[in-house]
Amino acid sequence: MFSYAGKILRVDLTTGKVSTEPLAEEMAKSYIGGMGLGIRLLMDNSKPGTDAFDPDNPLIFATGPLSGTMGPTAGNGYAVVSKSPATGGVGEAKAHGFFGPDLKRAGYDAVIITGKAPKLSYLWIDDDKVEIKDAEWLKGETVYHTDVKIKDDLGDFYIRVSAIGEAGEKLCRFAAIINDEFRAIGRTGMGAVMGSKNLKAVAVRGTHDVDVANLDGFKEFIKMIHERMKGPATKKYKTLGTPENVLVLNSLSALATRNWTNATFEGAERVSGEYLNEHYVKKIVGCATCGMRCDHIAVVPEGPYQGSTSRLEFECLWSMGPLCGVDRLDAIIEAMRIVNEYGMDGISIGVVVAFAMDCYEHGVITKEQTDGIDLRFGNAEALIAIIHKIGKREGWLGNALAEGVARAAEIIGGDAPKYACHIKGLELPGYDLRTLKTAALGFSVSFRGACHLRNGAYSPDVKGKVNRFKIEPGRGKMITDESKMYNVIDSLIVCKFSRGTYYDGWKDLANYYTLATGLPMTVEDMAKAGDRIENLARMFNIREGKGTRKEDKLPWKIENVPVPDEGPAKGVVVNEEEFQVGLSDYYASRGWSANGIPTATKLQELGLGDLVPLAEQAEQRGA
Amino acid sequence: MVRPQDRKFVTADPEKCIGCLVCEYACSMEHEKTFNPTKSRIRALRLGPLNNLAVTCRHCEEPACVAACPRDALSQDERTGVITVDENACNGCAWCISACQFGAMMMHPEKKVVFTCDACKDEKEPQCVKWCPEEALTYVSAQELAQKSRISAVKNLFQEAKEKKP
Repeated sequence: MFSYAGKILRVDLTTGKVSTEPLAEEMAKSYIGGMGLGIRLLMDNSKPGTDAFDPDNPLIFATGPLSGTMGPTAGNGYAVVSKSPATGGVGEAKAHGFFGPDLKRAGYDAVIITGKAPKLSYLWIDDDKVEIKDAEWLKGETVYHTDVKIKDDLGDFYIRVSAIGEAGEKLCRFAAIINDEFRAIGRTGMGAVMGSKNLKAVAVRGTHDVDVANLDGFKEFIKMIHERMKGPATKKYKTLGTPENVLVLNSLSALATRNWTNATFEGAERVSGEYLNEHYVKKIVGCATCGMRCDHIAVVPEGPYQGSTSRLEFECLWSMGPLCGVDRLDAIIEAMRIVNEYGMDGISIGVVVAFAMDCYEHGVITKEQTDGIDLRFGNAEALIAIIHKIGKREGWLGNALAEGVARAAEIIGGDAPKYACHIKGLELPGYDLRTLKTAALGFSVSFRGACHLRNGAYSPDVKGKVNRFKIEPGRGKMITDESKMYNVIDSLIVCKFSRGTYYDGWKDLANYYTLATGLPMTVEDMAKAGDRIENLARMFNIREGKGTRKEDKLPWKIENVPVPDEGPAKGVVVNEEEFQVGLSDYYASRGWSANGIPTATKLQELGLGDLVPLAEQAEQRGA
Repeated sequence: MVRPQDRKFVTADPEKCIGCLVCEYACSMEHEKTFNPTKSRIRALRLGPLNNLAVTCRHCEEPACVAACPRDALSQDERTGVITVDENACNGCAWCISACQFGAMMMHPEKKVVFTCDACKDEKEPQCVKWCPEEALTYVSAQELAQKSRISAVKNLFQEAKEKKP
């Protein structure tokens, strides 16, 4: 078994006990690595009903089989998996940059962290030597300064650090874990789980070799991918970048604006990818081993935020821009910078602020409750001010909003739940689900809550492959098929921006895997692994009481507020009836029951026989 | 004998280099048949997202590393300028590492002797240059480098002059 480290590290922060165990070949092949392996380890290493902030909830860092190799984009990733404090189900996110490969070279496919350190600590993994070190002196530090100071403390510039900021320490439910300044394990609040363990950072130095099974074949394969990365498949990321989406979605009435009130934004031009690149982007850089590049580094040249520097992608630009009605890129860049310093999910924070603005505009919260901040849509200064409050959990509102929209709505009360746009407790990403209805269905069934990257269901809508104003039978299969691919991508941990370079899809990915690991992998086996991971994740959610038909639902606004903007989308809304037809279609295509529970046959077929009793119990409860 | 101004070395353009480490991986693949940046003869540095540079041996004239070696383990090829390490003579004392201003002389993690760029023993183009996705690395002589800088400086001047015209 090449390119895997073949080893799992266990760290108990309560007792300080550290141990290792081998990674079995069958386990590796069945769950691939990264997200898939992480979810299996989560299932096997946690008890049902454990709270996300309970010391017994394991926090799992997992590398992919290709991490540490020269695989372009594939060489540099890692995943973090745990029970999510936002959804109560599977929490997981991946990050690229420079951290993952060092963890692999240190000799680990996964690190399972349990317990809670008696005081704020950081984990120092120096190849085989593992230490829990004091981090009280880093309390309240930004992610960036934590990174710099730990490298300084340990005396090696090349050490890689993955850390939380103040938001993680203070258990903000959408806190992120960030490496290399702006590469985030962003979604599902993994930073808060880390904070609950009193773990400020993981620092790693790996110096061991990573060998592949067939070096000559591997070299030829990556040479081919490098060639393809020159274009056209990567053109978008190498030119305007994902902010290109602003005008595309705006023209489709799919640019969610002012907390899903409007579907177009009158200020779209001023926050477009075109405008960003012309006025703010200084350089486009990339992660370790990448043959393309995508990090658009924006610098504010003048004004109140002069000098503010941040990487900016569509999702965060949108969440803190159009969704909050803000049309000032200088303020959005500054907002992104401070969100990275506090260590928060750049999607969720924008949705949280937009939710608060919606409540404020509707009189559900008062100016007294905002401590004097005029939280109107479009107020850029208010956006920045409230982000600081949330990051610090300052004041009644800052504290409530740090809980995420679902819980904040309960705390605020009144009509607030109507304005909380989330699925399963995770804030919606940047698409108007009223006018992209395959996406509405796809996001609602994603196992980590509202997410565009669990099955890419926005794609057929945006590309015009389907009638996006309708949900009809057939969409279920589209979502099922794509979810398998996305699960494999996140378990190999290849970057989703590179997915267009695998011209032969499954065949390329299976070949890639075998060249690196030496383990035979057919296209069918790999697709089956993608399906296995989906079913496993669903079963985890079911075990935690979060994974059946009743939890697959849409936010109130998506079903009740018709698009008011002039144009082809005027009056569109998702109606409950078509949505339920879509769910049934999806469950049928997955081989799940009408309750959305995997059947015994399906689980047996995927080698998940151990989960059959769990599914049967859930079915009895559901029936 | 090659004239000093014609001696080639690998250099990175700070405007183009993005610190992606592809050069490090290509180097360790070529020389060590494995993936391990700590065994690479070129190392990239990121001081911040806007400041990246890959650095390796520049095959200096009168190389300080050779002069510093107390065991005569280092020698410079007269023709190519490449520094050769006699692995039997080197005892890993690291005097040459202190002497090199570029950090281009490094300790091999397993062999316990120093190592540095041998330009892949390829006079046309070393592997790191071939793989660099940004075309930030070039294998050039001092003369070519000076020419390039001169040409771009003069171009910039004329460009500025053009823009200043009313």
